[in-house]
Parts: sequence; C-alpha cells; structure tokens
Amino acid sequence: MTSVRTGEAPAVAGASRLSPPPRSLALSVAALAVPLLLLVWAGLLGTVAARPTPDELSVTGLVFGLAASLAALGIAWYAARGLQLALAAGRQDAAGERLEARALSSRSRRHSFGALSSSLALALVLMTVMVLTANQAKIITTFFNVDYMVRSAENIVRAFGLNIFIAVISMAFVLVFGLVLAVVRMVPGEGARPLRALAIAYIDGFRAIPSIIVLYLIGFGLPLAGLPFFAGLPQAWYAIIALTLTYSAYVAEIYRAGIEAVHPSQVGASRSLGMSYGLTLRHVVLPQAVRAVIPPLLSAFIALQKDTALVSIIGAVDAFSQAKFFASSNFNLSSVAVVAALFVLITIPQARLVDWLLARGAARRARRTR
Amino acid sequence: MTFLEFDAVRKHYGDHEVLAGVDLSIEKHQVVTLIGASGSGKSTLLRCVNALESITSGQIRLDGDVVSGPGVDLNALRRRAGMVFQSFNLFPHMTVRENITLAPRKVLGLSRAEAEARADELLERVGLAERAHYHPDQLSGGQQQRAAIVRSLAMDPEVVLLDEITSALDPELVAEVLSIVRELARDGMTMMLATHEMGFAREVSDLVVFLEKGVILEQGPPEQVLVDPVEPRTREFLRAVAA
Repeated sequence: MTSVRTGEAPAVAGASRLSPPPRSLALSVAALAVPLLLLVWAGLLGTVAARPTPDELSVTGLVFGLAASLAALGIAWYAARGLQLALAAGRQDAAGERLEARALSSRSRRHSFGALSSSLALALVLMTVMVLTANQAKIITTFFNVDYMVRSAENIVRAFGLNIFIAVISMAFVLVFGLVLAVVRMVPGEGARPLRALAIAYIDGFRAIPSIIVLYLIGFGLPLAGLPFFAGLPQAWYAIIALTLTYSAYVAEIYRAGIEAVHPSQVGASRSLGMSYGLTLRHVVLPQAVRAVIPPLLSAFIALQKDTALVSIIGAVDAFSQAKFFASSNFNLSSVAVVAALFVLITIPQARLVDWLLARGAARRARRTR
Repeated sequence: MTFLEFDAVRKHYGDHEVLAGVDLSIEKHQVVTLIGASGSGKSTLLRCVNALESITSGQIRLDGDVVSGPGVDLNALRRRAGMVFQSFNLFPHMTVRENITLAPRKVLGLSRAEAEARADELLERVGLAERAHYHPDQLSGGQQQRAAIVRSLAMDPEVVLLDEITSALDPELVAEVLSIVRELARDGMTMMLATHEMGFAREVSDLVVFLEKGVILEQGPPEQVLVDPVEPRTREFLRAVAA
C-alpha cells in the first residue's frame, strides 16, 4: 500500500518489510552431528556384540550392529538434506528472495526435527540393548528364556482362564452396583441426606483401601467368620466380591461425572413434560450419561482385569501363581514374563478401543456444535 | 373468565429481585406476549407458571386451582402447562418420534401405537413427517424447534409457554416456526410467549405486556401497547428494538 503511495519499487520495498525466515542452519548442523555420533556408538556396540569372545562370532550381534549402524546412517543422510536446505535458504535470503527463503528454511527445520527425534529413539534402543546384554546377557536369559517360556506357557494360559472369569463376572457386578451407588449419591431432597452420606462414605472408604487389602480381608476373613453361605465359596468368588467392592466405588464416581455432564436444560425439558425425577433419570439423564462415560469405564475395567492377578495371595491358582510356581522351581522369571505378555495381549486392543471411542465422541460433539 | 392468574408474584435470587410484584390475568384462548429488555423477568415469569422456578411470594392460579407454593403436584401441573425453550432442548439420544412419544407413553400411559399415531399426526401438521426417524443433530434449528413444539403439544396441554423460541434461530428459519404458533393461536390454544419479534407479537397477540425490572409497566391490546404506548419507557424500548 505504502509502496504505491510513495512510488517505491515494489520488490525492494517488499523484501525489506518481510520478516526474516525461521532460523535453520545451527539446528541442521546439530541434527547432523547427533546421528553421526550414534553411528560411532552403534559401530562399537556392534563390534563387541558380534565378537563376545575373541574366537566366537555371534550372528545376532552382527546383524544388530549392522542394523543399528544402517539406521544411524539413514538418519544422518536425512539430516544432511536438512543442512543442504538450510544453506539454500541462506543463499535465497541473501538474494532478497525472502518468501523462497522461508519455504526452504521451514523444510530444513522439518528435516532437522525429524532427524533429532529419530536419533533419540535409536539412542534409547541402543541403551536398552546395552542394559540387556550386560553381564553376558544375564537379563535376557533371566526374563526371556524361550525354552522356559514355551514349557510354562500351556499351564499359564490355562490358568489365565481364571483371571478372565473373575474379571468378567466382577465387571458385570461393578456395572450395576456402581450405578446404584452413583444414583443413591445423587438422590435429591433434604430427606435423602442420610442415604447420600452413606453412599459417599462407601465410595470414599473403598477408594481409600488398597484393593490387595480388601482382597486379603475378604479372602481370609469370610471363611474365618464362618458365615453360612459365604464361608464355603471357592477362592475365585472371594476375589470377585473384593474386586466388586473396590471397583464399584471408582465406577460410581465415573457414572457421577457422566450424570453431572448432562446439561440441566435436559432435565428442565423432561420435567416440564410432566416426567417425574425417576422417569427423567431413567429415560433422559442416564442414557446420555452412560454413553458419555464408556471410555473411562473401559479404562477402569482394564485396571480391574490387571488386579485379578492379586488373587494369587489368597491361594487361587491363576496365571500369576502358576507362573510363580515355575519361576521358583527354575530360578528363572521367564514364566512370569509370559503372564505379563498375556495381560498386554488382552489390554492393548481395549486401550485402542478406548482411544477410538474418544476420537469418535469428539468428532460427534464437533458435528453437534456446528 | 380468568384462566391463568398472577397475584402479586415476587421472585428473589438472594438479594436480587427478578419479579417485583406481578399481577396479570389471562383468559382461555388468549395469546399473551411478554416484551421487555433482557433481564426484565419475561423468562422467569414463564418458568414460574410451570414451577421450573419457585416463587418467593404471591400466588399463581390455573383454572381456579392454586399452582404455586409447597405441596403442588408438579408433574400434574406440568402436564397442563407445556413449555418450549429457546434452545429447543430435544433429547439428543432419541429420534424425533421418540422425543415426542416418550412423555405421552410414560406419563399419560398411552400405548406405543397410540402415541406414535398422535406424534405422526402432529408432525404431519408441522411438515416434519419425513423427519420422524431423524436424530435432533441431523435437523436444522427450525426443524428442531418445530419438533420441540410438537413434543409439548403431544401432552395435550391447557396452556403453552413459549420462551423466546426464535431467538436461537438463523433469521431465515424464524418464519417456519412462527407460522406454527400462528396456527395454534388460530386453533384457540392459550399461549404465553416471550419474544423479541415485535411484528409477530402485533399480529398474533390478544394482549401485550411490557415488563421492566420485574414489574408490568404497561399492558393492553397490541395496537395500543406496540403502536401508541402510554409509558415513555415502553416507547423508548420499542424505538430501541426497531432500530
């Protein structure tokens, strides 16, 4: 605008008024230096790994060393391209082509950041390998002895069925009992104050006590107390009772958050149609609340599933106690790693499902407020 | 004969007085329009009729029965006084038809078939027959508000309270909603509405009430209050709205 008024040549005026491109040269030099250092490290580590003793050749070590070096080299090559772009950006800037310089600079920075984050990942891998292979790879043989893993796997997988049984039954109970607690906690009116206090006391109490202690008290206490029905239950059912008691308190709070998130105008609309508090809760509030809390509910259930491993303390033969049996008779923890792997196997799909549900919910809310 | 009657109605929120002594009589089949600036007490007065807000003192009578104060059967009162809200407040997890049939089935005890037949008939009248299976978020604002009107009509109310029902709508969608209100007025429905649509108020109202700071400053037929008001404040307000 001013250039038109003052009659200056537009190109010159434009260049001086454009703010400078983002700085990229120093960053690209650093981004190149780091993978080159990693290349040296990977090479040294690979040489040692390939020849654990002077007259022995380890194929695994050799392959690892080569792979790590190649990875470092690849990152360095990518970083070098970043340096090249940064230099080009400098030339363009000197020539007064600011916009061109900005574009090149921004590409250079993308390369540099990419190289640096890949370097960090590679460094972590190298470090892990160093820890695992230290002391003649004692860690690997202690935790990941394939032979022990295979031998214990069948029994452990079979015992894992008990963990799944306990988890599924407990989750069903928790779903119902947690909802009852949440609803009781939120009953309106002066007269219901003692009822609410009772629910709050329960929720606070069972969220405070560690679940392992609840399990211990139930698992050993109920048989000792000699109650007619409860004394003779199988161990798994003590676990179900204990987990239900504990997790219902958590889940009640999750439900409560969902109920409170339903907008008061929804209640107003329902009540002004002549619907009672109960009808409004049942048909308007809870359906919306439950839908909203499915992701956090699933997260709580993942935690519950993992806590089924606690039943080994009251003597039930689940996957973990089976694994401990193998571990103590072989002085090797590979069987316990198998249990860990089983939990990972059932948990990760659920974690992905939670993320997917959350993303879908966010997309739906975006559509609604459009 | 007086159908809905406000007798020295006051409403406080703490120290703040929202309604400072409202006296008003409405006859059956009348359409009464509340006008006034935001915060003048229009919405609060409407919400006191069906007891979404409780009043601090005074009395509200519906067809001779006192419907304010403790011990009123709120569910029964709200069956008689339907309400439509500025932001529609449809239930988002239900289809339009489910929104409309829920209360008739659960409160009036209609069978699903009866309730749906009635809902479809009403939806047909407001031009939403094709949208019965849609969820609220798949409808335009105007369609949502028409569905919300049908939802309150499905309870067969004796009076309908309309709380700024076009204020949340894009301008081009206002007409489709107002035409339904016009039709209801023609059918003799008793209505109380708060609105900023002065042209519509003039056309449809039997009585226009100007509220300011929780009291009625002026009331009368629309051609008087909206065209030749007595009170200078009313004149000022109308000039501000027209500008």
